[in-house]
Amino acid sequence: MLQLERRPVASPAMQWASPVIALALTVITGFVIFSAMGRDPLSSLTYFFITPLSSAYGWAELGLKMAPLLLCAAGLTLCFRAKLWNIGAEGHFLMGALGASIAAVQLQEQTGLWVLPVVLLVGIVFGAFWAGLAAGLKNRFHANEILTTIMLNYIALNVVVYAVHGPLKDPFGFGFPQSIMFSNSALLPNLIPGTRLHIGWLFSLLAAVAAWVVLARSFIGFQLNVLGQDSRAAEFAGFKQRWLVWFAFLVAGAMAGLAGASEVTGPIGQLVPQVSANYGYTAIIVVFLGRMHPLGIIAASALLALTFLGGEMLQISMNMPKSITQLFQGLLLFYLLISDAFIHFRVRLKPAAPEPRQTSATLAPQES
Amino acid sequence: MLSTVRLKLDNITKEYPGCRANDGVSLEIKAGEIHALLGENGAGKSTLMKVIYGVVQPDSGTLQWNGKHLRVESPAHARQLGIGMVFQHFSLFETLTVAENIALGLPANMSRDRKQLDETIRDVSQRYGMDIDPRRYVNTLSTGEQQRVEIVRCLIQESTLLILDEPTSVLTPQEVDTLFTMLRQLAAEGCSIVFISHKLREVRELCHTATVLRQGKVTGRCEPAVVSIDDIARLMVGNDTPLQTRVDAAVPLGPLMHIRDLSYRTKDPFGTALKHIDFTLHAGEILGIAGVAGNGQDELLRALSGEVRTSAQSVVLDGVDIGERMPGQRRKMGLAVVPEERLGRGAVPELSLMHNTLLTAYHRDLLKGPWVRFGQVRALAQRICERFGVRSAGIDSQANSLSGGNLQKFILGREALQEPKVLVASHPTWGVDVGSAVAIHEALVSLRDQGAAVLLISEDLDELYQLCTRIGALCDGRLSPLAPTGQISIEQLGQWMAGEFESPGLGEDDHAAA
Repeated sequence: MLQLERRPVASPAMQWASPVIALALTVITGFVIFSAMGRDPLSSLTYFFITPLSSAYGWAELGLKMAPLLLCAAGLTLCFRAKLWNIGAEGHFLMGALGASIAAVQLQEQTGLWVLPVVLLVGIVFGAFWAGLAAGLKNRFHANEILTTIMLNYIALNVVVYAVHGPLKDPFGFGFPQSIMFSNSALLPNLIPGTRLHIGWLFSLLAAVAAWVVLARSFIGFQLNVLGQDSRAAEFAGFKQRWLVWFAFLVAGAMAGLAGASEVTGPIGQLVPQVSANYGYTAIIVVFLGRMHPLGIIAASALLALTFLGGEMLQISMNMPKSITQLFQGLLLFYLLISDAFIHFRVRLKPAAPEPRQTSATLAPQES
Repeated sequence: MLSTVRLKLDNITKEYPGCRANDGVSLEIKAGEIHALLGENGAGKSTLMKVIYGVVQPDSGTLQWNGKHLRVESPAHARQLGIGMVFQHFSLFETLTVAENIALGLPANMSRDRKQLDETIRDVSQRYGMDIDPRRYVNTLSTGEQQRVEIVRCLIQESTLLILDEPTSVLTPQEVDTLFTMLRQLAAEGCSIVFISHKLREVRELCHTATVLRQGKVTGRCEPAVVSIDDIARLMVGNDTPLQTRVDAAVPLGPLMHIRDLSYRTKDPFGTALKHIDFTLHAGEILGIAGVAGNGQDELLRALSGEVRTSAQSVVLDGVDIGERMPGQRRKMGLAVVPEERLGRGAVPELSLMHNTLLTAYHRDLLKGPWVRFGQVRALAQRICERFGVRSAGIDSQANSLSGGNLQKFILGREALQEPKVLVASHPTWGVDVGSAVAIHEALVSLRDQGAAVLLISEDLDELYQLCTRIGALCDGRLSPLAPTGQISIEQLGQWMAGEFESPGLGEDDHAAA
C-alpha cells in the first residue's frame, strides 16, 4: 500500500526539482493530448516550444511577453512571501493601463521627454490605488484579500470597458471600443530596432532584482518573511502587520500598474479592452513556478511567456485553438501543485497488514 | 498477590529515523506496585509507554502480560487486556457529559444502558474518594476533575495496569495529595500503576520502585523512598551535568514596573479574562507567579509584552505609561519577553538562528536605515550561542532543528543579551533537559544580579521556590497576594493556586523589597 508520509525536514532538492518535474509532466501530457486530437505530437510540441525561439525576432517577442508577467510577479512575490494572497495583479494591471491611457490621451498634444514618465507614473499610481483598496479593506475590515482582489479584478475590467466605450473612445475609430493612438512622446522607446521589444523589459528585470534585494537584505523584507512563516512570531516581535500589508499591496499594485502602463505605451500604443492577455493571473503561476524567489521568477516568466508564443504559433501554423496556451498554463500549475506536495511528503511503501514479528528465541516455536 | 508479575518487558528496542528511542529496555512491574518511570524529556519514557499501550510496535524485544507472551496490537487491544492510560493532554470531549465521554470508550453492551452506567460511575468514583457527577458537562470541570474522569474511565474498563503520564503537572498541591491517596488505595487493591514523572519529590513520596531512563537506556533501578533525590537525579542526567543552581539571596532595589488594575477580556472563547491585576516589580528581584495552566498566565504575558494592548496606565515601566504601546516600542524601553511557545512565537521554526536573532533584537543597532546589517546580526547570534552554550550545527541551522533545551537557551540568551530592565519569562524550563534548565536558571539569576527585574511565570513550584524573591499565584485571572518566598508554605501557595485568597492586590507585600 502506498502511503504519503511527512518528511522530517522539507526537501530542498525537491523544492527546485518540482518545477522541472511539472514541466516534464506538462510536456508528456501535451504529447498525449496532441495525439488524441489526431495531430502529430512531435511537430506540435516543436511548434509550441521550439519554433517561437528560432529567430531573433522570436526572442524579442519572448521578452515582450515576459515583461508584464515579470513585473506583476515581482510584486506578487512580496505579497505571497508574507502569505498575503493577492490575486489582483490583473486588476492592478488593468487600472495601470487605464491610468496611463488617460494621461496619454490628455497629453496628446504635448511633446517632450517628461511626457512618458508622467504617463507611466499615472499608471503606477492607478495600479497602487487599486491594490490599496484591497489592503485598506483587509486592514480595516479584515476582508479576505483573495475575495476582494478577485472582485476588484472584475470591476477594473468593467471600468476599462466603460472607458473605451465612453470617455476614452476614439471619435474617429469607426465605433471600435478603443482609445486614440498615443503620440510618439508617450510611447516607450524600442530596445532592439526592428522588433517590438521595448524598455519595459528592463523595468521588469529591475523590478525582480529590486524585489530580491528587498527580501534578502532589508528589514521590511525580513518582516514580510516572518509574517508569512509565522504570524504569531511577527506579533510577538511587534512587527506592524498593517503597515506590512500596505507595503506589500502598494508595491505589488505599483509594479502591476507599471506593467499595464508599459503595455499600452509599448506594443499596443492605445487602450483596448483586451489589453491584458490574463497577464495578472498568469503571473500567479510564475510566482509559484519561480519558487517565490525573485530570481526564480525571471526564468519562470520566460517559460510562461513561451506558452503565449507557442499558443499563437500553433494557431497560425496548425490551425489549433488559441486556448492551447491556457491549457498548457493550467497543466503546468496543476502538476506543480502536485509535485510541490513532495517537498513536505514522501511516498512510502507500507505492507498492508504487517505480519506479527517475534524476535525472542524463548517463544514462538511455531515460527521459523 | 504482591509477588505476581503483571507486566514484563524484555530488551525492548524501538528506533525512529535518526534516534534510538528505546535501546534494550527491560522492566518488571508486579501486581499492586506503584512503579515510577523517570527520565528527562527525550529519554524514551513516552516511547516505552506507547509500546506498552500498543500505539507503536517495538523493533525487537518481548512483552509478557500476566506471564503470557503477547503483542499489544493497538490501544483498543491494550484496554481489552486491562491496560489503561491517562495522557498528559486529556482525550475528553468538552461538549459531552462525563458519562457520554466514558461511554465512548466502552463496548456497546456496556454503554447502552445509561442508568446503569451512571450508577457504575458514581460507585467507582465514590469508592476512591473522587466525587464525580456523571451528568456534568466536561467543560464545567476543573483540570483536576477532568483527570479523575480519565482515571475513572480506566477503572470502569477494569484496568489492572494504569499508566499516568506526568499526572501532577496540571494539579495544585492539594489535588496532588488527593490523587496520591487514591492511587495508594488502588495499588492496595492490586492494581499496578506506572507513574511517569520528573518530579523526584513526588516519586519518593508515592512510588515503591523506580526505573530511570537516559537516552533510551535503563541507567538504574531503585527504591525511591530510600535513595536521596540527588542520587536519582544523577541517574537521570549523568555525571557531567550540574543538578541545580546555587542561588544567593537577592538584593532588591527600587520599583521598576507597576501593573495597576490590569483587566482585559480575550477574544478567545477559551481564554481567561484578567481581573484587576495589581503588583509592583522591583529591580533586582525575581517575582514568581505560580498557577495551574490556563488561569491567565498567557494573557498576563501578552498584556506585558504588548501583544495585547490595554489602558495606558495599567502597565507602567520606569514611570512611563506603556499599556497602549506596541511590543517593539516596549522592547526599546528595555522590556524583554520569553514566551511559553518556543517554536511559533519565540522563534520562527524554519528560519535560521541568525534570522531569529533579528526577530526581537532588531533595535540593538542591527539596522542601518531600511537595511539589515547582517554582519552584526551574525556576530550577535554567534555571541548568544557561545555565551549560553547553545548546541547547534551553527547559526545558520533552522530553529526547529534544535532540541527544546538548546532553543530555549538561545531565546533566553537573545533576550538577556539585550540588557533588559525587565524580563518576563513564561515556563522557561518546561520540557527542557536538566543541564539546560540549570543554565537558564543561572541566566535569570545573573540578570537579577545585574539589577534587572524578572517576572517568572511557572508551574514548577520547585523552580519558583528556588529562584524567586517573592511568590504569588494566578487563579482564574486573579492574582493572589505576593509573599516573600521564605514566608510562604507550599500549602498556602496551593490554596492561592486554587483561588482561596482575599480580593486581589490588597495583600501585596511591598515591604519585602524595601
